Amino acid sequence: MNKVVINAEAAVSDIFDGAVLMLGGFGLCGIPENCISALVKKNVRNLTCISNNAGVDDFGIGLMLKQKQVKKMISSYVGENAEFERQLLSGELEVELIPQGTLATRCMAAGYGMPAVFTPAGVGTEVAEGKEIRAFNFNGETKEYLMEYAFEADFAIVKAWKGDTLGNLIYKDTARNFNPLMAMAGKVTIAEVEILVPAGELDPNYIHTPGIYVHRIFCGENYEKRIEQRTVRKAV
Amino acid sequence: MLNKNQIAKRIAKELKDGYYVNLGIGIPTLVANYIPEGVSVVLQSENGLLGMGPFPLEGEEDPDLINAGKQTITMLPGSSIFDSAMSFGMIRAGKVDLTVLGAMEVSDNGDIANWKIPGKMVKGMGGAMDLVASAKNIIVAMQHTNKAGESKLLKKCTLPITGVRCVKKVVTELGVFDITERGFELRELAPGVTIEEVKAKTEGRLFTDGDILEMQG
Repeated sequence: MNKVVINAEAAVSDIFDGAVLMLGGFGLCGIPENCISALVKKNVRNLTCISNNAGVDDFGIGLMLKQKQVKKMISSYVGENAEFERQLLSGELEVELIPQGTLATRCMAAGYGMPAVFTPAGVGTEVAEGKEIRAFNFNGETKEYLMEYAFEADFAIVKAWKGDTLGNLIYKDTARNFNPLMAMAGKVTIAEVEILVPAGELDPNYIHTPGIYVHRIFCGENYEKRIEQRTVRKAV
Repeated sequence: MLNKNQIAKRIAKELKDGYYVNLGIGIPTLVANYIPEGVSVVLQSENGLLGMGPFPLEGEEDPDLINAGKQTITMLPGSSIFDSAMSFGMIRAGKVDLTVLGAMEVSDNGDIANWKIPGKMVKGMGGAMDLVASAKNIIVAMQHTNKAGESKLLKKCTLPITGVRCVKKVVTELGVFDITERGFELRELAPGVTIEEVKAKTEGRLFTDGDILEMQG
């Protein structure tokens, strides 16, 4: 079994025009920087991107938006990106905004082999339009829930802190976010890691994503890890 | 009339020892600065952290450690990290005791609108729709009127709503309002504010016949 690829270019080499991609990260935290750069270089187009956010103008998915590689974004929050807003208002870019927990759960459902889940998020709002609604008596109350389908993605692209040659992954701090969920959900899952070790070196008790979900892994380089909102306190 | 920090300080009095709390962006974030003495709460950040601490010292910022507002933060001893599905799982399952959110509009039956201005603002709902659909106890912290001076406490929300019949309490610079079957019930009045002013600035059904205390920031 050989899951290790040489670099990001090799990892994304078969991503095709019109593919549906999942991209891990929350804001710019825990995003697959190397793969995004490789996708920009490859200039693959008409992509549907499932990602909580859409990057900023000059970093993250924003770089792919600038080159007009993205046909559709499925996200929960897309502020802080002027180019995104411009493309959206001009109709160049299709956008589906969905609640953040729904986004996470639709990834999870895919990885758990469940076609759909029920969530109360969005009941009574425009998010519910056209969706099946069912009332359940649960947790001591009767409430309405929306049926939400599992995502189907051609490729899931995630970033982890450490990984091994069998594709086992460990994330660090809040860079975990959507990464383990998307890792489980791709038809093909590509993981880039900061530290790649031989199988056997990671403690099995601390693996977040079992390697069965990961098809390709490589050690990324030159991580910029840009901070979106640098906030500090004064020493007292 | 209270300022933003005083609104946050008033809301902090709702915190009880042992609470797990989710604070939204804006005035709600400030609530963390006023946690009463002797009260120990755990802050949840929906990007996957329980035990959020203060901002880091200069030079100690970690790009892998941010809150839901994408600000650099720290973790307190006893923190835990989890993925986004578990984060909203604990919210959906009702494990979070209190949620404090900002809003553009609230209606007198507890509907809230805070995610979209058609044709103008297209940022998205983030985690707000999940939070308002499941939280047991939702307090809205906001200014009483918008920039044009129009009431944000309405009969019916004019903007696309985030959730229905979910807000239990609204705290503004003018007062504290419980939302009951009747509508907005004035419970506390900010210093220097008259009931007439509240009436003039509240479009939704307002009741002022209960005991009204002085609001303390």
